[in-house]
This record gives sequence, C-alpha cells and structure tokens, in this order.
Amino acid sequence: MDGRSRNVNVLRWQPVRTVLSHRLFPFIVVLPVLFVFVLVILTGLFGTPVGSANFSIVFAWIVWWGALIVILVPFGARAWCAVCPVAAVGEWVQRRAILIPGRRRPLTLGLEWPEAIRGLWLQNSVLVVMAVFSAVILTRPFVTGALLLALTLLALCLYLVFKRRAFCRYVCPVGGFVGQYSAAAPLEVRAVDPELCLVHCGPAAKECIKGSAAGFGCPWMEYPGTMDRNASCGMCMECLKTCPKGNIALSLRPFGADLAVPRRHADEAYRALILLTSALLYTAIMAGPWGWMRSWANLGSGQLPAFMGYAGLLTVSMLVLAPGAFFAVSWLAKALSRARDVPARRLFVAFAYTAVPLGLAAWVAFSLDFLFANASDILPVLSDPFGWGWNLFGTAGYAWRPYVPQVLPYIQVPILTVGLAMSVRLAHQISSECIGDAAGARRSVIPIAGLLALITVILLWLFIG
Amino acid sequence: MGKGLKRGLFRYWGWLAVGTVAGLSALAVAAGSFIPFPTGKPETREITLNASRFAYSPQRIEVNKGDRVILSLAPQDVSHGVYVDGYGLKTEAAPGKTSVLDFVADRPGTFRLRCSVPCGDLHPFMVGLLSVEPNSPFLGAVIATLVVALGATAYGWLRKGTGAARA
Repeated sequence: MDGRSRNVNVLRWQPVRTVLSHRLFPFIVVLPVLFVFVLVILTGLFGTPVGSANFSIVFAWIVWWGALIVILVPFGARAWCAVCPVAAVGEWVQRRAILIPGRRRPLTLGLEWPEAIRGLWLQNSVLVVMAVFSAVILTRPFVTGALLLALTLLALCLYLVFKRRAFCRYVCPVGGFVGQYSAAAPLEVRAVDPELCLVHCGPAAKECIKGSAAGFGCPWMEYPGTMDRNASCGMCMECLKTCPKGNIALSLRPFGADLAVPRRHADEAYRALILLTSALLYTAIMAGPWGWMRSWANLGSGQLPAFMGYAGLLTVSMLVLAPGAFFAVSWLAKALSRARDVPARRLFVAFAYTAVPLGLAAWVAFSLDFLFANASDILPVLSDPFGWGWNLFGTAGYAWRPYVPQVLPYIQVPILTVGLAMSVRLAHQISSECIGDAAGARRSVIPIAGLLALITVILLWLFIG
Repeated sequence: MGKGLKRGLFRYWGWLAVGTVAGLSALAVAAGSFIPFPTGKPETREITLNASRFAYSPQRIEVNKGDRVILSLAPQDVSHGVYVDGYGLKTEAAPGKTSVLDFVADRPGTFRLRCSVPCGDLHPFMVGLLSVEPNSPFLGAVIATLVVALGATAYGWLRKGTGAARA
C-alpha cells in the first residue's frame, strides 16, 4: 500500500508495470485511435450529410463520446488524453520523434503560455461556445469533420509556438471537461514518496520534468513530486519511464478523492457550474419534447435571430443564472452558519465544487439516453462509412432501433442519486474546510443540499417525469 | 491479483454506501413501475400525432394506465416515424398519409417517442413524450432522491470529527 492508506498502487502488479513503462505505450493505442480519427474527418468532410448514416457523427458523438463520458472519465480520469489524436500529431512534430527521445532541439519556439490567460477562463469560454453550437456540431457531419480538423491544426500551431501541451492545458474544450471530472475518478498518478523527489537533486535530476534517454519530460508541465490532483495529469506515464527511482505510482483510490483537496479556484468553480448547467440544458433541448428549443438551436436558414436568442439564453444560464443561484445559496449558507469572518465569495467558490459529482452523474445519464437510442447506427456505418451505398461487412442494412430503453430509468436514477449523495458528502467536507465552528459548518450544508436535491429532481423530471 | 490489492479494494466502505444508494434508488423506480396504483376506468383515446421537423404535436401525450391508445401518425413535411420507448412499437408514414398504432398503455411512466425515419439534421433528437399516469416511477425516484439528500445531510451531521481539521 502507499502512504495514503486506502490507495492501491497497481504498478506493484508486474504485468501492469511492464505494459505501462514500455516505450510502445501509449503509441500502440494512439495509432488505431488516429486511424479512426482520420476516418472521422474524411467521412465528415466528404460523406453523406445524413448524420445517422455517416461514420463521423456516429463514431465521434455516439461511440467516442459515450465511451468518454460513461467509462473513461468516471473510471480513468484523464486516460483519454494519453491517446488523444488531436494532440498526438502536434506532439510528434514538436518532439521530432514519436517513440524515442532524440537529441535534436524540439521544433517549437518554446514560449511560455501568457500569464494573463494561464488560468481556465479561456478554456471556459471555448466550452461555452461549443455548448452554444453543440446542436449544429452533433448533427452535421461536415461541421464535425471541419471542427476536428481545425482543432488539430490549432493544436499543431500552438505546439510550434508554446511549450509542450499548452493547447491541452489551456484551450482544448474536451480537456476542460475531462480535467474537471477527472477529480472524481478512482485513478491517479502520484509520487510514491514525495520526500524522495525533494532529495533527488542535481543537474541530472528531475528527469520527470526534463526528460531523459528513457522518456520525454512531462508534456503537461506537471511535477509529480508535488502533484496532488488529476486536473492536469494526462496519464501518459512518461514520468514512470523517466523516474530513475521507481517513485511513480498509478493508484486506485476512493471516488472523488481530489475534490477533498482544499485548493479552490474561481475558474474551476465556474467550469463546474458551466458543465452542470450544460448537462441540464442539453437534456432539455435534445432529450426533451420541446421542438421550439431544437429549432432555435439548429441554426437553419432564416433562423439566425432565433439562434442568437438561444445563444444568449444559454450563455446567460451558464455564466449568470447558475452561478447566481449557487451564490445565493452560498450566501444563505453563510447566514445559517453565522460565520462572519468567511467571505460569501469564498464559500461560493468552494461550494461550487459540489457540482462536480452531480454534474458528472448528469452527463452520464444524458449520454446513456442517446447511446441506448442510437447505438444501432454503429453497425451500418461500419459497412458504409461515407453513406455512399457500400456494404463492406454486410451490416449496411441493419435497421435502427433503440436498445432496451425500458431499462434506462433503472440505470439513470441510481446514477443521479449516487451523484447527489457524493455531492452532499462533499458539501460537508467543504463546509468543515471553510467554517471553523462545527455546528455552523453543519448548518451551512442545509441550503446546499437543498439546491443539489432540487437540481436532481429537475434532472429526474427531464429524464422520466 | 495480490492480497494487498484485494484488501485495499474491499476496505473501502464507500462501495457499500454507493451500492446501497444505487440499489434503493433502482428499487424505488421498480416499485413505482410494478405496484398497481389505483387508476380511473380505462378509456379509449384517439390521438393524432402530427410530425414535422423536429418535433411532434402534441409534444406530450397524457393517458391513464389501462387506456387504449389509438395513435395516428401524421407527417406534415417529410416522411417521419415514431418509435414508442418501453412498448417497442414502431410505425412510419409519408407526408399526407397516416399510420396507426393501437395499443393498451399498461405500463406507467413517461416514455419517449422517437422518430424512426431519418428526416433531417436533428432527426436523432426528434423526441416526444407519452406519459402514462400515474407516473409512479418518477414519484418513486423523487422519494428516493429526497431520502438520499436527507440521509447524506444527516450522515454528515451526525458523523464524529466534523471540524476544520478534517479537510
């Protein structure tokens, strides 16, 4: 066991250590993912405009998104980032190598990311923009193909200008989503003994940051010796390869362990609220019966004014209404706690983190709905990826049908209630962290728990009400 | 798998709590679905379901459990279909024509009506609702939610050591 008594270092199991420390990892996984990614772009740009018959829509927004939300993020933290094709190409170009570190200087200007935009506000803005255009992105193959190509080119440009994975840390909208919810996952990469990192000094030391003949320096610009959260760890395992002391652990841990780390930032707080609000709104717009919402979101011809109204409503909801509700409840929590020395703003930023478990639960429940409904589109597009009438594997004629939709409530409701329970539990931890008086801390949880319960009931109403 | 790994995983009592919450929630939904709550006398309801990109009208159909539902799908612009979640019924029609589903709404709850014929960009999200009252699964889920919220609040309230040092 590690020093953190409930964590289990899976690297103590030799087969796991052998695989993850092999030079071929994660390239051996990136390669097939990159192949599928290129096919997504090509079919998006050149295939049928009918989304349900196009490989790009089905594999980007049903297969990949479903796997990301339902499995990879809740259980693997940022594991997707280790194999992401958007970053991979730029990284190979920057490093001038794919597998083995070379001696040549990286192909980049190597600039530091500007301090003024070093937080998450830029990434939050990108998230909001993506949310506004989501109905268009999710349903138009050409838009999907063009967007993914544009993101890849943008990442490449940023790799050529800035150090390492600046795109992933500060711009990528998927990175924002994954980074936020990685805090809830039961997997982490940490130093086994941080004290060992402190004493490992000298010009040749800190190979985890600088790289060595054994591997590349951390592309996320993280230092495992002091890393205590998953937020910016891409789980590429380069530190495992480069650490000469064997001081890296990949550990199973309790769900949500990072959320108890008492470092609260306003940009992360806002991101948590943006993501929870967007889960609510997406469920209403895309799984609800209100066609006028979809019509506004669709950006069809002659609908620009309606779309602008929709964009405004969405943006105000994510950036003003939801934070406003949380701030009001945080103010009430402060009043109930009688903690005069604790600013309401500090409570707001801290309590906003309770939106993480429930937000992740909401995203999983929403994703399962369209996954179950549309997974049957996978087989036809495998045989006819472009929608040109091919039948490569004989499955082109497989008819659409939802898979066991009657089972969905028995999955969605438990997921939401577990998310709620974890959020309320976190509220207790946060109140203890912020409010010294134990009785006041307990009272302060009441309005937060009430708001979280209300949000859960609204989600239930949208799903099965 | 080593003994240390096994001990570590099973020492986490949170698994028990998560399993309990999840199990009780699923049970609440099941109770709502299978307990025969009293309903009114069954009626026959004839409903015309107009379909146009990308919504149905009426967007929500409300019937009582036991009602006979005669649903006439009437596309207005292009060919549309309708698939009734939970009942596994499907039909489709061309504009200007109708197609009928005739069934007894014997399962309580809210079920999605999904378009089964590609009809445009937002086809996968063309959704309506069939609400079979009483919506007891939803009621069960709400009760479960309130119990979980109260229980989680009370658990933190009563747990020893709730103080600033426990961050």
